[in-house]
Amino acid sequence: MTWDAVIIGAGHNGLVTAGYLARAGMKVCVVEKNDWIGGAAVSRELFSGFTYSNCSYVSSLFRPEIMRDLELPKHGLQILPYEGGAVMMQDGGHLGMFRDHDANRREFARHSPRDAEAYDRYARDVLRHCRFIRPLLLRTPPDPSSFRPRDLAELAWLGKRMFALSEAQMYDMIRFWTMSISDFLDEYFEHPTIKAYQAVASIIGTALGPMSPGTAYVLLHHAMGDVDGNVGAWGFARGGMGAITRALAASLRAAGGEIRTGSGVAKIAVRGGRTTGVVLDNGDEIAGRRVISNMDVKRTFLGHVDEAELPGDFVKRVRAFKTRGSSGKLNIALDAAPKFTALPEGAPFIKGDLHFTDSIERMERAYDDWKAGHFSRDPFQDVMIPTMIDPTMTPPGKHFMSCFVQYAPPKIEGQDWTDADRDAFAKTCIDQIESYAPGFRDLILHMEVRTPRELEAEVGLTEGNIFQGELTFDQLLFNRPVPGYAQYRSPIRDLWICGSSTHPGGGVMGAPGRNAAAEILRDAKMPVKEMSDAYAIP
Amino acid sequence: MPSLDCIVIGGGTNGLACAARLARKGRRVLVLEASGAPGGGAAGGGFAPGFRSPGLAHIVHMIDPRVADILALDRHGLGYHTISLASTALSATGDHLRLDGAFGASLTGTISAEDRAAWAELRARLMRFAAALAPFRGLTPPRLARAPGNDWAQLARLGLGVRRMGKTDFREFLRMFLINVWDVLNDELTDDRLKGLVAFDATLGSWLGPRSPNSLLLLLNRLSGEVAGQQGALALPKGGMPAVAAALASAAEAAGVTIRTGTAVARIDVVGDKVIGVTLANGEELRAHRVVSAISPKTTLLSLLGPRHLDTGATMRIQHQKSRGGAAKLHLALSALPDFMGADPKTRLVIAPSADHVERAFNPVKYGEVPAAPVMEVVIPSAFEPGLAPDGQHVLSAVVQYAPHAPKAGEDAARAAMLEATLATLETHAPGVRKLIVGQKMLMPYDIERRYGMPGGNWHHGELSVEQMLFLRPASGMAQYASPVPGLWLASAGTHPGGGISGASGWNAAGRILEEARA
Amino acid sequence: MKVEPRLHFHMPLQRTPFHARTSAANVLNQWGNWSGYTTALVFEDEAMEYSAIRNAASLYDLCPMVKYRFTGPDAAACLDRLTLRAASRLSVGGVHYTAWCDDAGKFLDDGTLFRLGPEDFRLCCQERHLPWLIDSALGFDVRVREETEEVAALSLQGPCSAVVLQAAGFDVSALKPFRMMSLPFGDGTLLISRTGFTGDLGYELWTTPDQALRLWDHLTVAGRPWGIRPVGSSALNLARIEAGFVITNMDFIAAHQAVREDRTRSPIEMALDWMIDWDKGHFNGRRALLAEREGKTSRWAFVGLDVPGNVPATGAVIYAGKTKEAGFVTAAEWLPTAKRNVALAHIERKYLKSDLWADIYALRELQYARLMLPVTVTERPFFNPARKRATPPGRF
Repeated sequence: MTWDAVIIGAGHNGLVTAGYLARAGMKVCVVEKNDWIGGAAVSRELFSGFTYSNCSYVSSLFRPEIMRDLELPKHGLQILPYEGGAVMMQDGGHLGMFRDHDANRREFARHSPRDAEAYDRYARDVLRHCRFIRPLLLRTPPDPSSFRPRDLAELAWLGKRMFALSEAQMYDMIRFWTMSISDFLDEYFEHPTIKAYQAVASIIGTALGPMSPGTAYVLLHHAMGDVDGNVGAWGFARGGMGAITRALAASLRAAGGEIRTGSGVAKIAVRGGRTTGVVLDNGDEIAGRRVISNMDVKRTFLGHVDEAELPGDFVKRVRAFKTRGSSGKLNIALDAAPKFTALPEGAPFIKGDLHFTDSIERMERAYDDWKAGHFSRDPFQDVMIPTMIDPTMTPPGKHFMSCFVQYAPPKIEGQDWTDADRDAFAKTCIDQIESYAPGFRDLILHMEVRTPRELEAEVGLTEGNIFQGELTFDQLLFNRPVPGYAQYRSPIRDLWICGSSTHPGGGVMGAPGRNAAAEILRDAKMPVKEMSDAYAIP
Repeated sequence: MPSLDCIVIGGGTNGLACAARLARKGRRVLVLEASGAPGGGAAGGGFAPGFRSPGLAHIVHMIDPRVADILALDRHGLGYHTISLASTALSATGDHLRLDGAFGASLTGTISAEDRAAWAELRARLMRFAAALAPFRGLTPPRLARAPGNDWAQLARLGLGVRRMGKTDFREFLRMFLINVWDVLNDELTDDRLKGLVAFDATLGSWLGPRSPNSLLLLLNRLSGEVAGQQGALALPKGGMPAVAAALASAAEAAGVTIRTGTAVARIDVVGDKVIGVTLANGEELRAHRVVSAISPKTTLLSLLGPRHLDTGATMRIQHQKSRGGAAKLHLALSALPDFMGADPKTRLVIAPSADHVERAFNPVKYGEVPAAPVMEVVIPSAFEPGLAPDGQHVLSAVVQYAPHAPKAGEDAARAAMLEATLATLETHAPGVRKLIVGQKMLMPYDIERRYGMPGGNWHHGELSVEQMLFLRPASGMAQYASPVPGLWLASAGTHPGGGISGASGWNAAGRILEEARA
Repeated sequence: MKVEPRLHFHMPLQRTPFHARTSAANVLNQWGNWSGYTTALVFEDEAMEYSAIRNAASLYDLCPMVKYRFTGPDAAACLDRLTLRAASRLSVGGVHYTAWCDDAGKFLDDGTLFRLGPEDFRLCCQERHLPWLIDSALGFDVRVREETEEVAALSLQGPCSAVVLQAAGFDVSALKPFRMMSLPFGDGTLLISRTGFTGDLGYELWTTPDQALRLWDHLTVAGRPWGIRPVGSSALNLARIEAGFVITNMDFIAAHQAVREDRTRSPIEMALDWMIDWDKGHFNGRRALLAEREGKTSRWAFVGLDVPGNVPATGAVIYAGKTKEAGFVTAAEWLPTAKRNVALAHIERKYLKSDLWADIYALRELQYARLMLPVTVTERPFFNPARKRATPPGRF
C-alpha cells in the first residue's frame, strides 16, 4: 500500500506531525530505527526498577495547544511543576530560588539587598520579551526574500506587532536579542551567583558561553514556555520524559496511525525530483505520497538523500549548518537521596535544579575549554532529582538523578571520543558532585554516561546537538535550517522536515512538528482541523 | 545674547568635521581642545628621544567622503603614501602570505587554488554586503516610531538598495548579518594565515572574539568605509595621523572655526533646562546657543553635564553603554629595521597565525587577564617616513590584542606582562628584534583612557557592537545626535556610525543641528 | 520573631516587631500578605474597627511599609531630582506626600518623605525600588539604603488620638499636620509625626524594634478609656477610600511592574499633578510631563464617582452613553460616615463630558445581578473633617 505520509523518526516532533496528519484523515506510518520510540523525549529502564529520562529531562516549552489538540492528558500525559533551584557556592554557602515571591526576595537579600529588589523588574522585562516572541512559535516563518502574498502578509503581521510596542520597548527588545546574557544581567544584578543562576537558561544546549552575544535570546528560548500558565516555569513529565512521546504515540494510534520500531531508514527514495517513500535498512520499501523527516537536517539530506538530487547551494548550506554538540549527561540510579552540605535541611529547592557554578566567569571558562576541544575541567552541571517529586520512577526511597553537563565537545581535540575520554568526563563530573556531597559516590547503584558521541549514535543527533542545530541568529527564523527552506519544505517535492532543525528549534517544544503539519495540510489542500490558535494572553 | 552659535568640545576628527560643517553654513563656532594640539585619537607625539609615534591610530581605514571632498582636505595638505597598504599574514616559519589591493584583492604566497578561489568569492561577497551598508554611514539613525523626524523617503531608498542585491545575495546577507566571523572563515577557507588575518581584522578595536556572534558585522562595517574613493582601504597618510588632524584643523579654520587648544572644559552649564554654554577648568565661562560634544558621550553626560540634568533611565542607559577597550598600543624605537623573516617592511605585518589564535588571545581579557600569546598588527611608519626616527633607525607601531581594560592583577603588573608577551611574540616572528629596542612605550586600554579620554580605552568611545549601533548608539533615545537636554548635541565616535578617523559622526551631527535650526 | 536568615523559607512571610500583640489580638485569625509581612486583615470586626478610626482611636501596625533612608550632603538635591516635589524646600521636622516617575513621566510609586535632618530623609512607600533609588543617586553625594526592618511603626488614628497620646504622656498639642517631633521613650526615642492614611486626625509613631511591644502596651493602656483598638487592613482601606487616597498597584500600576505598556499612568492622569514643582529644576520625567501638559496628550483621568444606591461598584466597567467603554473602577465602597456610595475610577478623558454609566455585577446568592447605573464625577476627598487640620487638636 501507499501511505499518505511516512514519517522518519518517532521523536516528539515526528509524532506531533503524525498525530495532526492522522487526525486530518491521512494514512500515516512512523518508522523508527530504535526498538523503542521517543527520540530525545524518552524514558528507559536501564537499571532494574529505575526509569531514566536519559536525554531531555524537564519540560516547559511543550506547547499546551498541542497537548490539547492531540488530547495528550487523555493518553496519560501529566506535567508536574517543580520547586525552584539552588546554586551551591564555593565558600560553602548557597543561593536558593523559591517559587514563593517573598522567600525569593529574602534569599536574594541575604546576598545583595539591591538585587533582592531588582528581580521583579528583571522578570517583568524578560516576560515582556517572551510575550512578543511566543506567538511566533506556532507560525511558519516568512521568507523575506519572497514577494508571495503569504510571505508579505506574514512580514506585515510581524511589522505590525513590532510597531504596536512603544518606541522605548522596541529599542530594548532589539538590544536584548543581540546582546550577551552576561552584559544583560550586569544591567540588573551585582551578585555573581545571582547572575550565574539566571544565566543558566542562556547556555543550556548552546555552543556559546554566557559572554557570547546572542545568549540573551537563548534565555528567552528557555523562558517562553510555561507550566499551566506559569510563564517561565518548568516541570517534570510524570513517569519521565518518555511520557510525552508515549502519550503522543497513543494519541496517534487512536487516530489510526501506525508506528514501526526497529525500522531504520537507509535511504529516502526519490524519483524525478519527488519522493516516493523510504527504503529501510533491511531493504523493505515503504511507499508514501510524502515523506516527513524528523531527523536533523544534516542527517536527512547528507545521509539519506542522494546528493545528486539536491541543488549544490543547498547541500553547501546544509553542510555548513552548525550542529556542534555542547553537552553531555550522566544518568544515575541512587541508593538514597544525596546530602549536599551547603543546602539546609528541608529546603524545598532540593526538588528543583541544583548547580555548582557560582559565577559567570566559571561558566565562561567552562566554555573556553569546549572551544579548545576539551570537556570542561570545571563543568557546569544542571542536577535534578525528579524522584523527589515523581514517585513512579524508582523503588521507594531510591532516586534517579539526572546531571546535564556543559560543556562537552563533539570531538576531543579533533578526534572521536574514546571510552577512556568518556570515563574521564564522568569522573570529572562525579568528583565535582562528590566535593559538594561527600559520600555521594557510594550511593551510585548504576550510571549511564552520555557524551555527544552517544547522543549521536543512539538518538541520531548529529554531533550530539540537542537542538538539532545551534540557536544563533544565522540559524533562527527564516534562516533555519537554510535560507529559502525555512517553511518545512525541501528541494525535493513531497519531502518535508519537521524536526528541531526547523523553526522554532529545540527544547521538546513540539512546535516544529505542528508547524510542519500545518504546512503539509495546507499544501495538500486539506482543511486544517483541530489545530487550535496560539494562545494569546491579552 | 551669546556671541557664539556653537561651542564644540573636543578637537578630534569628529569635533573638527562638525565644527567645519557648521562654520561653512555661517555659524560662529569655537572648538575647545584640552590637549596642546587638535587631533584626539589622531594626535601623535614623541615617545623616545629622537623618535615620534604615528599616534594612537597608525592606519586610516576610512575618511568620510563628504568630509574629505567638501572640506577639500587634499588642499589642506592631506596626502597618502598609499591607500591600499599591502598586508602580510606572517608565518612563524617565514612562509608568509601577502595580500595586495583593497581587502586582499590579490594573494601572493603558497596557498591552494581552492583557497584562492574561495577567498576571491568570499571577499567579493563581503565587499558587496559592505557596499550595501555604506550609505547608512551618512544617515541620521532613524527612530523606531511613527514620530516625526525620520526621512522615510531616504530610508526607503536605502532599504531598497539592500533588497536590490538580488535574491541569493539578500538571503545570504540576512543569514550572515549576525553570524560570527570564525564560522564563516572555517566554512569557506582552509588557510590558517588568511583566516587568522581576517579574524584579526574583524575584531580589531572591538571587545569580541572571532567566535562571538555578530563579529562579522564589525568587518562589514569597516569595509563599508572608504578612503579617497577606495572601499576597504588601508591608508597611510603622509606625515602620519597628525597630518590628518592638521588638515582637518586647517580646513576648519579656513571655514571660520576658532580652535582653542590647551582648554579643558570643566562643566556644561544649564539654565532652565537649556544648555547655555560651558565653564572651563580655569573658571572662565563661555556662552553659546548650542554646545556640541565630540568627546565620549559617557564623559559628556555623566561628568560634564551630570546626571541631575538627566532622567534616571537615560542616565542608566548611558552608564550601561559598554566601553571596554581590548587593544593595547605598542611603540618601539629600534636601532635598525627589524627583519620579519623576509616580509616586506612596507606592508602591514599581521601576527595572527590562525583564527583560533585570535580567539585564544581574547579568552583571558574576559577575566581581566593578559593573554600569553597576543595577536597584533605591526606597521613600521619610519619605513615610509624617514623623519620619524634618526637616520637608519626605526619606529615600530603595533596594535596588540587583546589587553584587559580592568586587569585583576593591577595596572602596572598587567602592562609589564602585556609588554613581555608582545615582545616575545614579536621576537618569534622577527628574531633579534628585542636587541634592537632602544625605547618602548606600551599603552594599555586604561592608559589610553587617561591620555585620550576614551572610556575603558575603547577607540570608538563605546564599543562598536550590534546592540550599540545605529539607533542604539550611544543609547536609545539619544541616537539622533541630540542629547536629552535642549541645546546639547553629541557628535563623537560614540554616536553613529562610530569611530575610525572618519569624521562621519561629527559631519552627521552638524547636519542635524543645521536641520533643527531651520525647523 | 526572627529565624536564621538561611532558613527563612520555614517562614516565608516576615513578622513585624508587634506580632506578639497583633497575633494575640487577632481573634478571627485573618491574615494577609503586605510586602512580604504577615499583616492582620481584620482583628475582630471590620465595622467596629472602622468605627474606631472615625469615632475613637485605632492602632495599625505600619511596619511592612517599605522605608528608605537618604543621607549625605546631596540628599535633598537627589530627592529633588527623584521626586515630583521640592524636597529641598521641606524643612527639617517636616513631612510631605510625594511621588516619583520614570523617564516617560509614569508613576513608579507614591509615598511620604520625612526630613529627619538637614542631610537626612526617610522615604516610605508601598513598593520596592532600591535599584532605581541607587541608580538615581549616581552623581550625588548621598547614601541610599533600605531600612524597613530597622523601624517599628504604628499608626494611631481617630478623633481621640491626640487625647490618647496626651494620656500616654506625649504632649502633641503644638504639633501641626505634616510635622513631627521627637520624644524620649523607654531606652530611646520616639518620633511622632502628625500623618496618616485615614483622612482624619491621627499620628504615626516611629521607634526601634526593641521598643515595639513596650510602645504597643503603653498606648493600649493609655487609650483604654477612649476605646482604642487594633484595626486591620480592611477597615483602613475603607477609611482611605473615604479620604480619597490612592494605593500603588491597587489604583495604578507601578510603571516598573507593568507588563502591558498601556497600563502606566502619569501624575496628570492620576490627578496628582498638583504635586509637581515645575520650577525646582530638572526631575525625573519632567520633559515627558511637560510635553504631556503642553500637548494635552493625557489619555486618562482619575476621578471620584458618585454611584446611586448602596451597591459598591467594585470592578465595574464604566461606559459612555451605556455603549462605549470609557474606563474602569479601581476601588468602590459604601461610605459609612459620609453615607455615600462612591468609586475611584480611570476614565478616558475624551469621555469625561459624556453621560457615564457603571456596569456593576453584584453577587447575590451565587448569582450576579447586573446593574447599569448612571454615575457622576465628584470631588475628592469624600470625607474631609475640620478636626483633621485643627491645631491644637480638639479634645474629643
